[in-house]
Amino acid sequence: MWSEAEQRELEEILKKYPTKRSALLPALYLAQREKNWLDDEDMEAVAEALDVPITDVHAVVGFYTLFRREPTGKHMIHVCTDLPCALRGAEEFYLRLTERLGLPPEGGTTEDGLFTLEAVPCLAACDKAPMCQIDLQYYENLTDETIDTVLAQLRAEAQQETKA
Amino acid sequence: MANDYLKEHILLRHKDNPNIGDIDEYLSDGGYEGLKKALEEMQPAEVIEAVKASGLRGRGGAGFPTGVKWSFIPKGAKDVYIVVNADESEPGTFKDRELMEYNPHLVIEGAAIAAYAVGARTIYIYGRGEFKGPFVTLQKAVDQAYERGMLGKNIMGSDYSLDLHLHLGAGAYICGEETALLNSLEGYRGYPRSRPPFPAVEGLYAKPTVINNVETMANVPGIIRHGVEWYRQFGTEKSAGTKVFSLSGHVNRPGNYELPLGVPIRYLIEELGGGVPNGKRVKAVLPAGESSLMVPEDKLDTPMDYESMGAIGSMLGSASFIVMDETVDIVWAAEKMIHFFKHESCGKCSPCREGTYWLSNVYHRIRSGEGTMEDIELLPKIIEQMSGNTFCPLGEFATSPVKASLLHFRHEYEQYIKK
Repeated sequence: MWSEAEQRELEEILKKYPTKRSALLPALYLAQREKNWLDDEDMEAVAEALDVPITDVHAVVGFYTLFRREPTGKHMIHVCTDLPCALRGAEEFYLRLTERLGLPPEGGTTEDGLFTLEAVPCLAACDKAPMCQIDLQYYENLTDETIDTVLAQLRAEAQQETKA
Repeated sequence: MANDYLKEHILLRHKDNPNIGDIDEYLSDGGYEGLKKALEEMQPAEVIEAVKASGLRGRGGAGFPTGVKWSFIPKGAKDVYIVVNADESEPGTFKDRELMEYNPHLVIEGAAIAAYAVGARTIYIYGRGEFKGPFVTLQKAVDQAYERGMLGKNIMGSDYSLDLHLHLGAGAYICGEETALLNSLEGYRGYPRSRPPFPAVEGLYAKPTVINNVETMANVPGIIRHGVEWYRQFGTEKSAGTKVFSLSGHVNRPGNYELPLGVPIRYLIEELGGGVPNGKRVKAVLPAGESSLMVPEDKLDTPMDYESMGAIGSMLGSASFIVMDETVDIVWAAEKMIHFFKHESCGKCSPCREGTYWLSNVYHRIRSGEGTMEDIELLPKIIEQMSGNTFCPLGEFATSPVKASLLHFRHEYEQYIKK
């Protein structure tokens, strides 16, 4: 399942650690990169590459929130609604966003499969609330207008890709 | 002037010199002179003594004396590791991220000096998974440091060689606890380990390991470069140096501010933070994120240092001040915090796993208007069973919002019942 480039990348990662097992989280990120989630085959490939029992790989994947076991939208949107952000209106910001994306209050994936929206705990940007991460990149001091502009850009990019 | 208490920024140097993230600018500002001095003029033991004498205490939250921590590494130990804790996940804390993004060489230099002091050949900087972006910036600085010989073989012309690697976690607050972090770095679930053995004896890969917070490392270059006396001019006798204060919540100018330890809370909120928006009053402040016991408005003249914050029944911790104005429903805030700890409990020990679950249920009942006075009585009983019985500090932290909000704002709970 590893491409040649990924294989090389994995070898570089392994050089950083005295044990193969230490490369487990980086290897899982690598396996997850292309489609945003991990299927059984991905996890077996990681287990095999690092000589880690497959049950251990499952245990680790289940523990960490940034690994996903189900298909998601093309882009992951994580809005922080923890206390410091909530004091600056992040809960209302998040709820309005779910409405505009046609999602229930608990978030989820948009009908077009473009976005998966989740409310998450603190992302270390409390002074710039409301904020979110899209595919782990920071977007801060947001308003409804600025987040809509960002999402419109991502929609346009996706359309371009489909045409190409 | 950086502010009334500090002439120039030391840790947040980028506020005075925005290009300090580039190695050339950092070097022309006297950067890496501390490392050079340590390598050329000091024995490792002298570096440890200097950091001990400086009075520097861990900036991640625990406040343990840094030099003492370093001195626990057995003499002549082989395969010693330095791990920099950049897991910064405490709600209200966003200082390490700023240091790594805007003044990364200060962190790298501090970690390199620490490595030299304890004889480590490898440094890992462990960042929370959500720091993927900041780590791109940090990696560029690391690459520059390798190119200029501050890292790699025979650093700065010495016979000492040192490697530094970045490692990202994958979303788990518990990994900020140092032994959970080690397990995570070794490729396991982030469960805390039992102590003893302490990491200084059996840490990463069962080798002697020093784990320090990002900001702690950032304090080290100044101590070595300018000396202990220079460092001790900042702060108080027991809380030496400057500290980055993360200010968030109901203030006009949230952000990171650097101050010597010992400045009153009021100065941070009113002068630097520009006060509470719309002329509102402060109701309560969480001085060290959600883990800390909130303090009411009448404590705002307390000096922000380890001993004074302890004396008012709270703590300085990571110094992440979350301000809540008079309109905040404290029961709502407490429920949010309990939700956080329930979400982040690793599940290893039952007092924390079950305790946060039950607290969450009781809060839900009270907040949805179905609570009784007995529910209010139940809360202290639950935290009593958690306190002192959890495997690591997370379970202890989870009791803070309940304990402090009941102590200062019990009437707000009762209003929910009477409604």
